[in-house]
Amino acid sequence: MEQTISKPISNVPANRLKFLIGGLLIVAAVVYLIITSTQASAQYFMTIEELEQKGSQVIGRNLRVSGAVIGDSIQYDPQTLTLRFTVAHVPGDNKEIEAQGGLAAVLHAAVIDPSRPRLQVIYQGVKPDLLRDEAQAIMTGKLGEDGIFYAEELLLKCPTKYEEALPEQSEG
Amino acid sequence: MITELGYGTLAISFLLAIYGIIAATWGVLKRRPDWVDSARNAMLLTFPLLTVSALSMIYLLVYGHYEVEYVASVTSNSMPLYLRITALWGGQAGSLLFWSWLMSAFASAVTLRNWERDREFLPWVIVVCLITLAFFLGLTLFVENPFDRLWLLPGGIAIKSFFAPQGALPYFQSDGKGLNPLLRHPGMIIHPPMLYLGFVSFVIPFAFAIAALVTNRTDDRWIRITRRWSLVAWLFLSLGLILGGRWAYDVLGWGGYWGWDPVEIAAFMPWLTGTAFLHSVMIQEKRGMLKHWNMILIILTYNLVIFGTFLTRSGVLSSVHAFAQSAIGPLFFTYIGASFVISLSLLLRRWQTLKSDLHMTSLLSREALFLLNNLLFMGILVVCFWGVIFPLISEIVTGQKVTVGPPFYERATAPLFAGLLLLMGIAPLAAWRHSTVQTLGKAVWKPTVVSLLIPLLALASGVRNWAALLGFWLAAFVACVTLYEYGRAVLARSRSRNESLLRAFWNLAGRNRRRYGGYIIHLGVVLMAIGIIGIELFQTETQGTLAQGEQLSLGPYTMRFDSLAVFDTADGRNVARAVVSVYKNGQFVGELYPRRDFYYESQQPMTIPGLRSTMEDDFYVLLVDWQPISSAGATFKVYHNPLVNWLWLGGLVFILGTLVAAWPDSETNPATVRARRRLPFAAKAS
Repeated sequence: MEQTISKPISNVPANRLKFLIGGLLIVAAVVYLIITSTQASAQYFMTIEELEQKGSQVIGRNLRVSGAVIGDSIQYDPQTLTLRFTVAHVPGDNKEIEAQGGLAAVLHAAVIDPSRPRLQVIYQGVKPDLLRDEAQAIMTGKLGEDGIFYAEELLLKCPTKYEEALPEQSEG
Repeated sequence: MITELGYGTLAISFLLAIYGIIAATWGVLKRRPDWVDSARNAMLLTFPLLTVSALSMIYLLVYGHYEVEYVASVTSNSMPLYLRITALWGGQAGSLLFWSWLMSAFASAVTLRNWERDREFLPWVIVVCLITLAFFLGLTLFVENPFDRLWLLPGGIAIKSFFAPQGALPYFQSDGKGLNPLLRHPGMIIHPPMLYLGFVSFVIPFAFAIAALVTNRTDDRWIRITRRWSLVAWLFLSLGLILGGRWAYDVLGWGGYWGWDPVEIAAFMPWLTGTAFLHSVMIQEKRGMLKHWNMILIILTYNLVIFGTFLTRSGVLSSVHAFAQSAIGPLFFTYIGASFVISLSLLLRRWQTLKSDLHMTSLLSREALFLLNNLLFMGILVVCFWGVIFPLISEIVTGQKVTVGPPFYERATAPLFAGLLLLMGIAPLAAWRHSTVQTLGKAVWKPTVVSLLIPLLALASGVRNWAALLGFWLAAFVACVTLYEYGRAVLARSRSRNESLLRAFWNLAGRNRRRYGGYIIHLGVVLMAIGIIGIELFQTETQGTLAQGEQLSLGPYTMRFDSLAVFDTADGRNVARAVVSVYKNGQFVGELYPRRDFYYESQQPMTIPGLRSTMEDDFYVLLVDWQPISSAGATFKVYHNPLVNWLWLGGLVFILGTLVAAWPDSETNPATVRARRRLPFAAKAS
């Protein structure tokens, strides 16, 4: 051990290199992990309008879509735990929502407007309490070849007297 | 009256903080110690003043003064006393007041220490603490004032303001909106305060680091002074994180303990840098190396603490915790940016003087392994940071909003956590300065062989998941090494001093608290790792709608739905409570009562699971739906969480270990006296 301490200075650059390579390997590993994990689990935020436009390009991708729930379309089979409903397009941008009079107004306008792009959703799981007319559904899942959105996760937001109302979460 | 008192004391504290900053700077520039003393007194005074302010707020909350906007937004008539008190940190404005109050407590405490030997640090510690305090007090006073009252303008519009607007009448409400139901849990008493204490107490080591940079004292004095502060900060932060996990497990109803929610990550990031810091300061103390690195770590920790407070309280990211929204974002970012730039440029100015003449010589030496541990912690930090900012970056660059969820974090951090576990086993066996593959291999092979027994046993009992087998081996390996190190020291002490084993164990932990406390913490991490492997890799779930008397099976468990009752409670809830019988391997093991509470005033439901918990596994039942009239059928979601209790047990051991490490040495302890006597020489040597 004593030998190492008194080793000549000339060894320092060699050591530096060793540590540099070691450090770079770690950095490379972290970068690799970040890139592959991002690719594997990235979720694309899309509005229903964008979905309609891009159509088949996005089939199979992890998507996150938000829309206004149309109350009459909700069908739930408690035996098979299959939930079907339709959502109408709402803007994806918060500023735009604010500009149109807030979330509640935007959701209401989306539901009553039959010309808005709509999307059919199928979700396997328990029907969340907050799923009702003019609620905002935030769904993650994939678009099927049949044009139906297969939601794996369903979050609902209801504009209540709480501006900061929590989304109820249910995962499937 | 009380409102004015609270607001007034808040305002005076703010002015005192500003005064203190100026006086301390002036005192140091003009070499006037009396000015520094005056600044010190100002800092000392902020604590009693803010105590009055916080108590006023609590008074208003407890007695339901709904004319105060904050009170009306977080309390209601039906809330019990303890929740009314906790409402102090239930919303943004109150949280900022609470933060400032804790900050002033730590700042005052630090002024009371004995400054004789490091007088030159004092003014700069005061400046850093008071700038931080002034920032938060400023936010509380001018942006998010918890003492703002509601006023009714002649047109019938309600506005909030502290002072009465012209022609407005006070607006008295008879009831408030009440605290968000998710926060109405005993966990609310302790989880946020612990987290905040952790956040706030990291300001102190940062203040000393900055003081050391400004005064150009490049020895490790600042580290020695703040060693205990850092440990206490880390203790609170860890406790806050663990309690948060437990709370989530109990009430959030997803059968998990950690959701990689941006706010969780925000509290986790300073913990990561803090943990790296606690490890790397040991290298500076022992070997005089990594001085720059320690500075960077504490600067990062401080800024992440502020960032964490901002994220938890700004609503910038939508998450379970974002029950508060406001416009304080730009202010926070400006502050973080400024403090980052200033501290880093200070560091750059002192870069040369901080250089150590010692170099690391061996890749396998203990200091090199500590450095590797730091790199892995930083790796996890980068992953977390990337996950939080990726949506922003992607939107700016491609215009497409993309996000990453829990799978991203799990995938990217799991190998890094595994690497940390491996290091936790190897590093205690590596020698300082120089270690070769041969010497290290000699020390490592025995625990490796012994610990292989555990994955082999798991394999024999049918576990085929390679990640789990690797994880179990790593956990067993660390446990072996740690217990071996502990056992060897206990035996040696017991032999050489003729003490009983138990006595030797006790004295050992008392003598080198950081080292042996650290080993206990490592054992806690091992237990937590076992629990995490259990729930992450072996959790199963199912759901089903059952008629009365029907059964649902999951793993070794079967549950039978017996009955359901729906009733109202006095505190404004509508409760649906199911009774289910639980059988394990056919044996009746008890009844569970999963329920759903619906809060009338906030129109929000809350799910409380029925839980059967053993060291082997947890059986976790959620009531998700029921037929309202006949109460004949109900839908349940059921989780089987193997080994999850090890996580909580590990958390307990972890905290105990931290307590051992941070426990103050008693004055009569001869070891302390000896250490003190040695200190001047040690300081010279480094």
